[in-house]
Amino acid sequence: MTITEPGVEENANAVPTPDNNLNDQKPTGFGRMLRKEDPRLVRGLGQFCDDVELPGMLHLAILRSPMAHARIVSIDKTAAEAHPKVKAVITGADLAAQNLAWMPTLSNDVQAVLATDKVRFQHQEVAFVVAEDRYSARDALELIDVEYEWIDPVIDVRKALDADAPIIRDDLEGKTNNHCFEWEAGDKDATDAVFADAAENGIIVTEDIVYPRVHPAPMETCGCVADVERVSGKLTLWSTTQAPHAHRTVYALVAGLPEHKIRIIAPDIGGGFGNKVPIYPGYVCAIVASLVIGKPVKWMEDRTENLVSTGFARDYIMRGEIAATKDGKIRAIRTNVLADHGAFNGTAAPVKYPAGFFGVFTGSYDIEAAHAHMDAVYTNKAPGGVAYACSFRITEAVYLIERMVDVLAYDLEMDPAELRLKNFIQPEQFPYMSKTGWLYDSGDYEPAMRKAMDMIGYDELRKEQADKRERGELMGIGIAFFTEAVGAGPRKDMDILGLGMADGCELRVHPTGKAVVRLSVKTQGQGHETTFAQIVAEEIGIPPEDIDVVHGDTDNTPFGLGTYGSRSTPVSGAAAALVARKVRDKAQIIASGMLEASVADIEYEAGTFRVKGDPEKSVTIQDIAMKAHGAGDLPEGLEGGLEAQICYNPENLTYPFGAYICVVDIDSGTAEVKVRRFVAVDDCGTQINPMIIEGQVHGGLTDGVGMALMEMISFDDEGNCLSGSLMDYLIPTAMEVPDWETGHTVTPSPHHPIGAKGIGESATVGSPPAVVNAVVDALKPYGIRHADMPLTPSRVWETMQGNHTPPI
Amino acid sequence: MQVPAPFEYERATSVDHAIALMERLGSEARVVAGGHSLLPMMKLRLATPEYLIDINDLSAELEYIRIEGAEVRIGALTRHRQLLESDDLAAVLPIFRDAEKVIADPVVRNRGTLGGSLCQADPSEDLSAVCDAVGASCVIRNSSGDRVVSMHDFHRGPYETAVADGEMLTEIRIPLRPGSSSAYHKVERRAGDWAVASAGAAVTMDGDVIADGRVGLCAVGPNLTNVEPISAALRGQAPSEELYALVGQIAADNADPSTDTRGTAAYKTHLAKELTIRSLRKAVARATGQA
Ligand SMILES: Cc1cc2nc3c(=O)[nH]c(=O)nc-3n(C[C@H](O)[C@H](O)[C@H](O)COP(=O)(O)OP(=O)(O)OC[C@H]3O[C@@H](n4cnc5c(N)ncnc54)[C@H](O)[C@@H]3O)c2cc1C
Repeated sequence: MTITEPGVEENANAVPTPDNNLNDQKPTGFGRMLRKEDPRLVRGLGQFCDDVELPGMLHLAILRSPMAHARIVSIDKTAAEAHPKVKAVITGADLAAQNLAWMPTLSNDVQAVLATDKVRFQHQEVAFVVAEDRYSARDALELIDVEYEWIDPVIDVRKALDADAPIIRDDLEGKTNNHCFEWEAGDKDATDAVFADAAENGIIVTEDIVYPRVHPAPMETCGCVADVERVSGKLTLWSTTQAPHAHRTVYALVAGLPEHKIRIIAPDIGGGFGNKVPIYPGYVCAIVASLVIGKPVKWMEDRTENLVSTGFARDYIMRGEIAATKDGKIRAIRTNVLADHGAFNGTAAPVKYPAGFFGVFTGSYDIEAAHAHMDAVYTNKAPGGVAYACSFRITEAVYLIERMVDVLAYDLEMDPAELRLKNFIQPEQFPYMSKTGWLYDSGDYEPAMRKAMDMIGYDELRKEQADKRERGELMGIGIAFFTEAVGAGPRKDMDILGLGMADGCELRVHPTGKAVVRLSVKTQGQGHETTFAQIVAEEIGIPPEDIDVVHGDTDNTPFGLGTYGSRSTPVSGAAAALVARKVRDKAQIIASGMLEASVADIEYEAGTFRVKGDPEKSVTIQDIAMKAHGAGDLPEGLEGGLEAQICYNPENLTYPFGAYICVVDIDSGTAEVKVRRFVAVDDCGTQINPMIIEGQVHGGLTDGVGMALMEMISFDDEGNCLSGSLMDYLIPTAMEVPDWETGHTVTPSPHHPIGAKGIGESATVGSPPAVVNAVVDALKPYGIRHADMPLTPSRVWETMQGNHTPPI
Repeated sequence: MQVPAPFEYERATSVDHAIALMERLGSEARVVAGGHSLLPMMKLRLATPEYLIDINDLSAELEYIRIEGAEVRIGALTRHRQLLESDDLAAVLPIFRDAEKVIADPVVRNRGTLGGSLCQADPSEDLSAVCDAVGASCVIRNSSGDRVVSMHDFHRGPYETAVADGEMLTEIRIPLRPGSSSAYHKVERRAGDWAVASAGAAVTMDGDVIADGRVGLCAVGPNLTNVEPISAALRGQAPSEELYALVGQIAADNADPSTDTRGTAAYKTHLAKELTIRSLRKAVARATGQA
């Protein structure tokens, strides 16, 4: 059936017919193939948390604070308890009696599970109801009577450190201000010296740049089903988590449950983007409810709860400065950041990196010195600061440097492409130690840049732009060149709550030559069931469709830290390749026995083991699998079976990069921005499944257009969140994005077993500055050098009138 | 999942049945048409009606677009999608298709209705501006019969209309005159979003001059129906860019928008002018066979 919409012919975003032959191949290893999980997902047969139904299951709903900052005077729950279908009503005081009212965050702060003393952000959890059905639970919330006493909230982050600002975190002993942490990177003195020199002999550019608060907004909201088995006391938690193993350990620490009595199952997940890394109060409430009542309890957020209370991202107010020579050689970069962390520091980042990996703000450029300083503060807003598809704050870092390079180009009246080409780290400089201490593993930037410029026809576009400017039309071309640091991380430097960021992996080959690989990471839509089967297939020659990928169940998978920060392929992907090599080594020994040749004389190629120089004598991995489990002797000293397990500790992060170019047209009368074209050339090292890579890039680019043009979590002066629905918090649709044009170069990671670098977040990181740079470039005739996101028609128009205000 | 408060529900079998139910149940009863305004409010518990009277079975009585002589009659239960797709309607009143292309998204347009849109009376709602521009009148029925009111009298303010308890909107009537055409322009932050601001214009040409012209505005202030000075300024004038600019300025002067997350008051005021100019330009071009 075709539905034609009259009048939609203006939408020129025609989707090219997919080349099925291209994607439906069945490679034995790397290459395009359709995703193994899609027959389930596209037919609506996935099993998500909310699909879990258990006998006798009860439903939990959370009462949230209407105010951003208020003391709780009293809570009367008698009317709610009297509701005929209500099983329990629990307040912060009830939890405090069990010592469960507070829990640790992933950043060594604490967060209230249910507020006891006061509420610190609008929609904070205050009490919960457990009832026989979802409707009754929600009805009973209205029967709880809470008396609040208003306290002035801290909403404008710029006033959080004022002497007279109300103290938000008076729960922390001795806290006399709203300061959360201070962080520094680079060499201040060396940087200041370069700036002093540039002030005399070169040029300094300065700009205030805001990365507004945004939200991951996964289509599936967060939730869980908690089931405490009454005899054994074992908790099974079906949960929307990107990091099931890390969550298990944290629950053991919070709830005091022994870790072997906790099983976390992350079923299909409808998008995560970092939103499903933290542990939210709702999960803890459901566990407590099941413990207390002895029945399974389901908690699922509604859309509003997800947007207003769960981990936001960004919210950095940055001053950027570049010192350069007059002919455009960048010498030093300096930044000062004010970071809004909301009411509790819930950032998900390795412990030693409170600002995530923001330290890579020096970008892709070879410079003399750099320095960053950051003050993070508490405000009366929802907690978080999650890795929203940002590889731990690299989104902010890349936005800062790529916006600043354009600011420099503006002042120097230089072409922004030329300026970037002039400053790139050169291929022979890798591995490159950045001025803030990051060891870039490999890179070859100029070919990626040139490829993007060729694909988009850069020179012709500049000519077109010149013609249009003559006629008063507004057209802009924006470039961003990014380098990410992903795949956290080496356990010597990186841990979350003391858990090292290494990943286990286990591979078993069954007697008939089929296999199962067990992972610690957890897909939220990225296609792990395909990619990881392909990684194993590439190493041992079993076709991907014969390899089952098991993940998301802590009882059935080895320990590891989970999927975020583009770490699955860099860390668990390496583990999968290495565990397969371990199995292959054993297979080779078995093959030597079967072929009656020495191990050294056996060579392996694509699933077949041959005697060197006698290609007729060969066995396949399937033959070997049967032999490994079958009757008859194996080579001496070898145990039966064909399986292995490893734990991979990455030597370094991996550094994917890319060149993005965006073309926009702006209606000069209405200030509406139309993204006309977007070319993305990515280098994520070795490519496993190019189709999946393109899918990740398409998603990230769409995300970036959303942040650049429309997304923002905003608040009024009293701290009311104004973005509590998808009609208020806008995310882009197919109508706002062009037909994406993707390309790639391949610069393998030297230390990763298969040379792969990770692609999950590249496009989210790289696209916002490309779009913003394009819009600002279009506004050049108005003398505009900078404008903040989100570039809604109103904001663009106000900027054109000279009335730009920061989105704070 | 957001869940509404408890309510009782009945499907009406005829318009008379619906009206009888409403008379009996009083102010706690609400009609549900497409449900795309009412149900989201109920799920957020911003609306908690005790009774819902579902009129979706009343297509035979309420779902039609009839072009009869010098009048177009549209039933209150006509869906956005039908207004979008009707070639006959687009031929005489192209403003409907212009507007429907940018109202909500296909999911909402498949169910949402003309009657629901007008009765919701959201200040950012597009079809009120459309109906206002084309000089529509509204047929309201109660147990004692029909009454017909102008758009000006229909709109009492944000979320308030002339439809009283025990009454229903059944039909919209639009006069057709030769030499006429119309157009609509909207600025939204994203496809499917409510208007930042929008403007519709309808003109009737008499040779080289505009015999009659009207402009309807949306999202630029409460109750901005029938901007009489605009009609006065257009009457008997030859179309020109100067005239459009003048009229656009009157629209801006009459606009009283507020600053919100969709945009600043200054920007919306600017749009009242800009979109009025564009709509007038296009309506005249269409009426004179140039578009
Ligand atoms: C995502 C989304 C985007 C939207 N975007 C836009 C947009 O861009 N522009 C726009 O104009 N609208 C937009 N809308 C609103 C949409 O047009 C609604 O469908 C419309 O406002 C209401 O029509 P309905 O039939 O769904 O009304 P309902 O929700 O069924 O009813 C709305 C109100 O009208 C009353 N009512 C309905 N029919 C009658 C009747 N015949 N007589 C008396 N009272 C009646 C009901 O009792 C209720 O109070 C959007 C809605 C959504 C959900």
